[in-house]
Amino acid sequence: MSKYLLRRLLILIPVLAGISLVLFTILAMAPGDPFEELATNPNVPPEVRMNLRAQFGLDDPIAVRYVRWFTAMLKGDWGFSFVSRVDVSTLILQRLPTTIAVIGSAQLLGLLIAIPIGVYSATRPYSLFDQIATTCAFLGFSLPTFFTGLLFILFFSIYLDWLPFIYRADITATGWRWWWEHIRQAIMPVAVLGLAQAASMTRFMRSAVLDVIQLDYVRTARAKGLAERITIVKHVVRNALIPVVTLVSLQVPTIFAGALITEQIFRVPGIGSLLISSILANDTPVVMAITFVFSALVVIFSLVADILYGWLDPRISYR
Amino acid sequence: MEERDLRSLIGHVKAGRLSRRSFVQMMVGLGLTAPMASQLLASAGVAHAQAKAVPYKPTKRGGGGPLKALWWQGATLLNPHFATGTKDQDGSRIFYEPLASWDPDGNLIPNLAAEIPSLQNGGVAKDGRSVTWKLKKGVVWHDGKPFTADDCVFTAEFVADPATASRNINTYKDLKVEKIDSHTIKVTFKKPTPFWADAFCGVGGMILPKHAFEAFKGDKSREAPANLKPIGTGPFKYVDFKPGDIVRGELFSGYHMANRPYFDTIEMKGGGDAISAARAVIQTGEFDYAWNMQVEDEHLKRMEQGGKGKADIVSGGNIEHIQVNFTDPNKDVDGERSSLKAPHPFNTDPAVRQALNLLVDRASVQEQIYGRTGIATANFLNQPSRFASKATKFEFNVEKAGQILEAAGWKKGSDGIRTKDGKRLKMLYQTSINQPRQKTQAIVKQAAGKAGIEMELKSVTASVYFSSDIGNPDTYAKFQTDIQMYTTTMTQPDPELFMLQFTSWEAASKDNKWQGRNITRWRSEEYDKLFRSAESELDPVKRAALFIKMNELVIQNIVVVPVVFRPRVAAVSNTLRMEQSGWDSDFWALHSWYREG
Repeated sequence: MSKYLLRRLLILIPVLAGISLVLFTILAMAPGDPFEELATNPNVPPEVRMNLRAQFGLDDPIAVRYVRWFTAMLKGDWGFSFVSRVDVSTLILQRLPTTIAVIGSAQLLGLLIAIPIGVYSATRPYSLFDQIATTCAFLGFSLPTFFTGLLFILFFSIYLDWLPFIYRADITATGWRWWWEHIRQAIMPVAVLGLAQAASMTRFMRSAVLDVIQLDYVRTARAKGLAERITIVKHVVRNALIPVVTLVSLQVPTIFAGALITEQIFRVPGIGSLLISSILANDTPVVMAITFVFSALVVIFSLVADILYGWLDPRISYR
Repeated sequence: MEERDLRSLIGHVKAGRLSRRSFVQMMVGLGLTAPMASQLLASAGVAHAQAKAVPYKPTKRGGGGPLKALWWQGATLLNPHFATGTKDQDGSRIFYEPLASWDPDGNLIPNLAAEIPSLQNGGVAKDGRSVTWKLKKGVVWHDGKPFTADDCVFTAEFVADPATASRNINTYKDLKVEKIDSHTIKVTFKKPTPFWADAFCGVGGMILPKHAFEAFKGDKSREAPANLKPIGTGPFKYVDFKPGDIVRGELFSGYHMANRPYFDTIEMKGGGDAISAARAVIQTGEFDYAWNMQVEDEHLKRMEQGGKGKADIVSGGNIEHIQVNFTDPNKDVDGERSSLKAPHPFNTDPAVRQALNLLVDRASVQEQIYGRTGIATANFLNQPSRFASKATKFEFNVEKAGQILEAAGWKKGSDGIRTKDGKRLKMLYQTSINQPRQKTQAIVKQAAGKAGIEMELKSVTASVYFSSDIGNPDTYAKFQTDIQMYTTTMTQPDPELFMLQFTSWEAASKDNKWQGRNITRWRSEEYDKLFRSAESELDPVKRAALFIKMNELVIQNIVVVPVVFRPRVAAVSNTLRMEQSGWDSDFWALHSWYREG
C-alpha cells in the first residue's frame, strides 16, 4: 500500500509539471492585453503601457516567462495580479471562504436530496413516485444553471420581492441577524447549484441501489425476516454508496474552483467570478494560478478517490 | 466660427446679453469641452460664475444609514493614479479628493482648494506660465495628519516619475510644482498654458498623502500598502476592500465640509452585468446607485414603470463613430497592411466618403437601438445642441448618396454594386462584439446596399479588438479593414491630446508598433499646421478657434463619420439625491449625496 502510494505520488510530479506547461503556453499565446483600457484612452501615452509591459515581464519570450513562473511557484510565490497588483495568493484566499460556503452547502443540499430520493425510487421502481422523481431529475439536469438562476431571480426577487439577488460577503450585522442575512442571500445560489447537483446524483443513487437490491444477499436478509428499513439502510445503501462516494470525492475540487456562471449571476464573490473577471481582464497570473490549482486538486482527489475505493471495498488491492 | 466671432460671443456674455450656460453649450456644440469653454470665459475676465453650489439639505453630519452603490465591474485597486479603468478611479474617489472637481456645466468646484485661481484673484499668471493654488486649511487625512502643500508637490512627483508608470503621467510630466508656504503651491508650466486646470483637478487630480507613499516611489510603487488601504481626505474612510468585489467605507468624522457626509457607510459592490445592476436599483431597490448602464433604453424604460428608481442621463465626451481607412488594408507593403505607402483604392475618393456619410441612418440608430442612451450626432467631438455649427449637420439620404457616386463615375454593375476603373465598391466593416454595434452595422449595411456599396460585416471580441497585441491582425489600431466603428472617449477637458489623433506624424504604422494615435492614417497639411499653431498659441480664444477649425476640418473631410453621442447613464434610486457630471468621476460630489423621501 505505501509503496503504491509513493509510486502514485511520484507520478504526480511530471503530471503537474506537464499540466502547468500546457496551461502556461496556452495562456501566453492567447490574444489580449491586460492594459486594454489604457490603449483606447487617447490621454494615456503608449509609453506607459509599454513601460508596464516591460515591468511585468510581458515582453520576454514564453520559455523565459515559464521558467520564471515555475521557479517562483516552487518557492510558493504565485505572482501578482496585473490588474490589482495584489499577490495572487491573497486574492484567492479572500475568495475561498465564500466559495467553500456556497458551493459546499450546495453539494450538501444536493446529497441530502439525492440520497433519500434515489433510494426510495429504487425500492419502488416505476411507481408514481419514481416516475415523478425521474422526470424532475431529467428536468434538473437539462436546465442549465444560468437559466434556472435567472428564473429564480425573476420570480423570488423581482416578482415576489422576497430574496436579495446580490450576494454580499461583507455583511455588517452581528449575531442572529448576520446569520439570517447570510442565509437569505445564499438561498437562491445554493438552491440553483444544489438542485442541479441533486438531479444527476439522484440518477446515480437510483441505479446503484437498483443494482444492489437484486443481489442474493438482500433476498437472504429479507428471508430471515429483517425489517425492510434495516435491510435497506444497513445492507443496500452502504454497498450502493461506493460509486457515489467516488463521484462525490471527484467533485470536491469544484468546491474550490467555484461555479463560474452561478457566481456571476448572483454576484457571489467566489473563485469562479474571480476567474471570469480575470479572464476578461487578461490577468494571466490569476488565471494561471486558479486553473493550475484546480487541475492539481483534480489530480490529487482522483488519487484520494482511488484510495477511498479500496477502503470501502476491501476486495480491491493495491500493487 | 472665427476668432472674431468667438470674441464677440464672449463680449456678449460679459455684457450679460448671453447667458454663461448658453455660451458653454454653444462651445460644446462646436467640439470643445464644457470645462474648456468655462475656462475661456474665465481667461477673458468674465468672473467665474457663482458656480451653483451642489444642492444639499441635511443639517447634520451622518445619520443617513448605508449608501449602496453597484458597479458591474468591481474596482481592482484603489490608487487613482494606477487606475486601469473608470471603476478604479471611482473606487478611489470615495477616499481621495482633487483640489477641484468639474461640475456638469464644466465649472470648477473647489474640494481641497480654498478658492479657484483666476486672473482676478491673481491665481493665474497673466503670461499663462503658472498658476497658484491656495489650499484649504484645517483639512486632515483619515489618519489625522494634516493636509499640506507637501502632499500636492509629492503627488506631482510621484505621478511624473516614468518608473511609476501612472496613467496620468502626461498631465504632470512637464510641470514644476513648488511649495510657497504650507498651504500654497505654485504650478509652473514649461510653456504658456492657457488651460491650466488639468493637474490637480478632476479624476487625474486626486492628491495622495505624502506620508503613506513617500517610501514607495517609482519601481516600488506597486508595493505601497496604501494602494489597497487608501488614506485620503474624502468624506468616507477605508473599512474594507476586496479587489474585484467590494469597497467599503465609513463616515469620516473629521471631514472638512460642514454637515457632510449624510450617509454613515458606503459600499461599492462589483461584478455581474449591467442589466441585472439596473434591476437591483430600479426594480427591487436593493441598491441605491448603479454605474454605467449599458442597457438598451427599451429595457430601462420597462423597468422604470412603477419601479423604485430611474435612469439618470448626463452628457459627457463619448462618441460612437465610424473611421474611414485612408490606406489599403488589402495590400501588403514590406509586411505591413494598411501601410501609409499604399493609399486606399476608393476611400480616398471624397465622393465615396460623402456617400458613406449620407448612408449612416443616425436617426434610426438612435430611435431603434440606443434611445435616450445614444443621441444622433454629426459632430465628432461633442453633442450637438441647437447652437451647433451649420457646417456639420447630418443627413440620411440614400438617393443623394447614389447621385454623388454616379457623378463621380461610380457606375452600377449588373449585380447592383458600383465599380469604377475596375475597382468594386466593397467595404469590410469591422467593430467589436456588442449587440447595439451589430445592429448598427446591419442598418448601415442595408442603406449602403441600396446605394450600390457592398458591405461585409466583421465583429471581433472586444478583448482582442482593443488590445495592443502586436502579433494580432484584428486590433483596432492595425485597422486592416476599410471602415471600423467604436467609441472614443474624451476624458480630459483640454482637447489638445484628443486632437492629436488626426496629425500626420501620429499615423499608426509598423514603425511605431501601431502605437500611433492616428488610426485612420488621414494626413492633411492644413490640419497639421493648425495643430502646430494651437500648440504654441497663447491666447485662449485664438486657441479655441483653432480647435474648432480642426474639428470642422475632420468632419468636412469625413475622416470619421460620427454616429451617436453616448451620454453617461446611471441608475439612481428615487430617494437618492445626487448629481452626475459628465466631466468627472461619478463620485465627484459624493460628499453631498443624501436621501429624501
